[in-house]
Amino acid sequence: MIHFDVSPPLLALYIPLLGALLISLAGRWPNLRELVTLLTAGALLWVVGGMAPAVLADDFWASFAKAPALKLAEVLPGVWLELKVEPLGMLFALIASSLWILNSIYSIGYMRGNHEKNQTRFYVCFALAIASVIGLAFAGNLFTLFVFYEALTLTTYPLVAHKGSAEAIRSARTYLGILVVTSVCFLLSGIIATYAFTDGDMTFRPGGVFRRALADGSLTAPTLGILFVLYMYGIGKAALMPVHRWLPAAMVAPTPVSALLHAVAVVKAGVFTVLKVIVYVFGPAVLVRYGVGSWLIYVAGATILIASCIALFQDNLKRRLAYSTVSQLSYVIIAAALLSPLSITAAALHIAAHAFGKITLFFAAGSIYTAAHKTEISQLDGIGRRMPFTMGAFTIGALSMIGLPPTAGFVSKWYLLQATWETDAPFVLVVVVLSTLLNAAYFLPIVYRAFFVAEAKHDDAHHSSADGHFGDDGDHHGHHAGDHGEAPWPIVVALSCTALATIAFFFYSDLAIGLANQLRSGLP
Amino acid sequence: MLDAFEIVPNLPVLVVTVPLIGGVLTIVMGRGKGPWAWATLITGLVFYFTVLLMQQVLAAKTGTISYELGNWPRQWGIEYRVDALNAFILLTVAGVGFVTTLYAQKSVEKEIPQDRHNFFYAVWILAICGLLGITVTGDAFNVYVLLEISSLTVYALIAMGKDMNRQALTASLRYLILGSVGASFILLGIGYLMMVTGTLNMEDMHDRLAALPDAVHNRTVLVAFAFLLVGLGMKMALFPLHMWLPKAYTYAPSAVSALLSATATKVGIYMAFRFLFTIFGVGFSFVAMPANVVLSVAACTGILVTGVTAVRQTNLKRMLAYSSVGQLGYIVAGFSLANVNGVAGSVVHIFNHAVMKGGMFMAAGAIMYRLGRCDLRAVRGLGKRMPLTMAAFVAGGLGLVGFPLTAGFISKWYLVQGALEAPHMWPVAAVVLVGSLLAVAYTWRVVEAAYFQEPEGDSALVTEAPLSMVLPMWILIGASVYFGVSATFTGDISMRAAKSLLGGAP
Repeated sequence: MIHFDVSPPLLALYIPLLGALLISLAGRWPNLRELVTLLTAGALLWVVGGMAPAVLADDFWASFAKAPALKLAEVLPGVWLELKVEPLGMLFALIASSLWILNSIYSIGYMRGNHEKNQTRFYVCFALAIASVIGLAFAGNLFTLFVFYEALTLTTYPLVAHKGSAEAIRSARTYLGILVVTSVCFLLSGIIATYAFTDGDMTFRPGGVFRRALADGSLTAPTLGILFVLYMYGIGKAALMPVHRWLPAAMVAPTPVSALLHAVAVVKAGVFTVLKVIVYVFGPAVLVRYGVGSWLIYVAGATILIASCIALFQDNLKRRLAYSTVSQLSYVIIAAALLSPLSITAAALHIAAHAFGKITLFFAAGSIYTAAHKTEISQLDGIGRRMPFTMGAFTIGALSMIGLPPTAGFVSKWYLLQATWETDAPFVLVVVVLSTLLNAAYFLPIVYRAFFVAEAKHDDAHHSSADGHFGDDGDHHGHHAGDHGEAPWPIVVALSCTALATIAFFFYSDLAIGLANQLRSGLP
Repeated sequence: MLDAFEIVPNLPVLVVTVPLIGGVLTIVMGRGKGPWAWATLITGLVFYFTVLLMQQVLAAKTGTISYELGNWPRQWGIEYRVDALNAFILLTVAGVGFVTTLYAQKSVEKEIPQDRHNFFYAVWILAICGLLGITVTGDAFNVYVLLEISSLTVYALIAMGKDMNRQALTASLRYLILGSVGASFILLGIGYLMMVTGTLNMEDMHDRLAALPDAVHNRTVLVAFAFLLVGLGMKMALFPLHMWLPKAYTYAPSAVSALLSATATKVGIYMAFRFLFTIFGVGFSFVAMPANVVLSVAACTGILVTGVTAVRQTNLKRMLAYSSVGQLGYIVAGFSLANVNGVAGSVVHIFNHAVMKGGMFMAAGAIMYRLGRCDLRAVRGLGKRMPLTMAAFVAGGLGLVGFPLTAGFISKWYLVQGALEAPHMWPVAAVVLVGSLLAVAYTWRVVEAAYFQEPEGDSALVTEAPLSMVLPMWILIGASVYFGVSATFTGDISMRAAKSLLGGAP
């Protein structure tokens, strides 16, 4: 039966849903529609932020064990759709809801600046996607997690296919195909097997759900290993190679989608799920004891390096960013796979730290596209002088990806290196160092080009029109690509805010570190 | 008030006699809206009876209601016997029957000449009567009689699509031939069983077969089993005996496609339950005989082959028809696992698939109503022109895929669990999952066309289908979502049904 309640996690789930409804009703009046989006985003952050103190409280874990989950509906006899707030989900929800506000401001500038069609559908689906993210973040058991995981795939599909061009539809097919195949074939089988092994107990709890099945011998180490593989490859959103291809494909979407969803919400939903499964379904201690998780370090390490190498050779800016995301996601996975308390903290922190830098980079890419209609890195000579805010923010984002102070990326990398030291994992250390070099190698040339290479005149405009990305500038010189300044102000405001946040995270990361530490303190 | 008419104690027989008499009376209901209104009344009444019957079964201590026609003891007379399984299927058939009758009004006005409406609804009600009768009876020969009623009326219903497309006639003829072959096989099977057991009552048959020394090597029993298996396979459109189905569903009037997809083959599967589980028993059908291997191989091949075929169709109704064969494969694969979760998944999918596919056929019919065709080209851009219809189609499609919070997910959950529990049956689980991916493929072609392509020709001018079509469509799709979010009722009933089937007698 279905129950109604208005406690904060539920409210957080209902706000974006209600927002989606109101947005679709306000579709005829664009200003009102955008106001609704912004108000919804603001309300969501307010509600989610209001829950944080309780999660940070000292006696949180004591009350966590006792507090009942918030039950939404009994889907199958004994299988409930239920929510329960814990530190990792709190962190994820905070990131998603705070960046949603900035992203909405940015979307307004971008969608109007590029005269995109079907904007109402865009904002509705966006709100629905955020609702799925909130549900995912606060999921109280594996079943609920799966429900919202699939909902997220479904609600983001229209955003990827938004343009409706043949290329967009093809890419959206790849997107949906890979995500659905992995989740249906592997994740769902894993969940059903878990249900069978645990006699229907799929509630998240620190230390995992398999202890009893392992103790009474109904679950053996090899089976546990197979289950672990099913989960890791079932969570296609984490983009572990070779199931990463959907992410570059998703770049066909309008940039705000790439920024919030394919740099923050969807991909983070993937690594968040990985982390959640490791911490709350298997339990790091169980994985260490049965030795079934160590392969993940090598796969994630390989993903980091290979994706970085691919990124090095991408000329399309968004594709380079996409491969950078693939590699950064595996940072989270490799940290989680180290299975030590400190590395779990590092993984949680990297989910937060990477978000700010990467959304800034995408915002900058979209800003360049809106103002200059440029999509390729080779076209960016001297653009820093025309778009100082955009490229300044891009630089900060790039530094964060490399992991240099004073940016967010440094914080999580610091924890990761500490964890590497603590667990004595030289392979991870080598991967981190190499990938830092690679990150620098594919980001710094862009910064260099933008600020220090002189803008090529005229010829370059011809060159780029031959690429087919903007067709009409070859003939009338008055409008050619060289003649532009910054992007519309909502875009500039949004990307400046995220760039500042990337730096602020370095100085004021108490909240994120507090939540990550709270997660660690819950480990048995 | 009800008791004054002695309705409640006579419910099992009323669900058959009311539509039987009501169906015949339809002919005199004039030419306007009369026949339709009468059909709505009758099917509504029958639906109400099945709800009451379900309540009674749930309240009954033994979980079974036995009703002897004319108070003749069951050795001589006919016994109607209702337990959780057939109460659930009666509810499904009568419920979908009622909702499709509501839907039929506009669709039939458009697709069938006015002067034949009274005959159409007469045959329509008799078809529902036959299907309900098969489900309610506990007598093997009575099954055959009612099977003939439902089959003959269904052939007629399909042929009535001839005014939209002459191919309906060949489709009907093809079904007539194959269906009659199937029905005669079933009759032969029942006849041989009677030779051995000397009874036609299902439960007595079971007891006497069980008492038979060495039934496994009794030629007569074996022949009966083989005839029944093939005959039933034909009726439930089990791959590769499904050849009659795609054409029949494609060219039948839209309302008929919706009704048949939701009920006709389902009742065929119900018969398989009764014969394989109740009469022969699990021990004979699945342990001594390799019926589980035969059935699950046929079902799994069917899921894959028809899934691929469905992806290649451009006509929506034909696509749905192939998809139906695949979905029936799920049901068959489920019960051939012969464990509680597998059978429960099978039972619950009978209901879930009925509401999803019924709703989807209604959506296709609504497009047909507006555009006179329902191919992928016609669907282009309809997401904006017919938002409710297309949303219903997509919601139903997501159910076929088995996205969580749709009814299809519930079925998949039980089926995969059953497949993983049964020894050496994990390939069934894999096929079920791959089948759902094929469903993504064929559903998504419609999604892409409807939402991401520009309309062309008259598709650009259409408006939403009339409310009398959209509402019934959404009742079924709404049910598929409701029972996906909260499947405690359907799940419990299916579990009860599965346990009683596996336990032997009903």
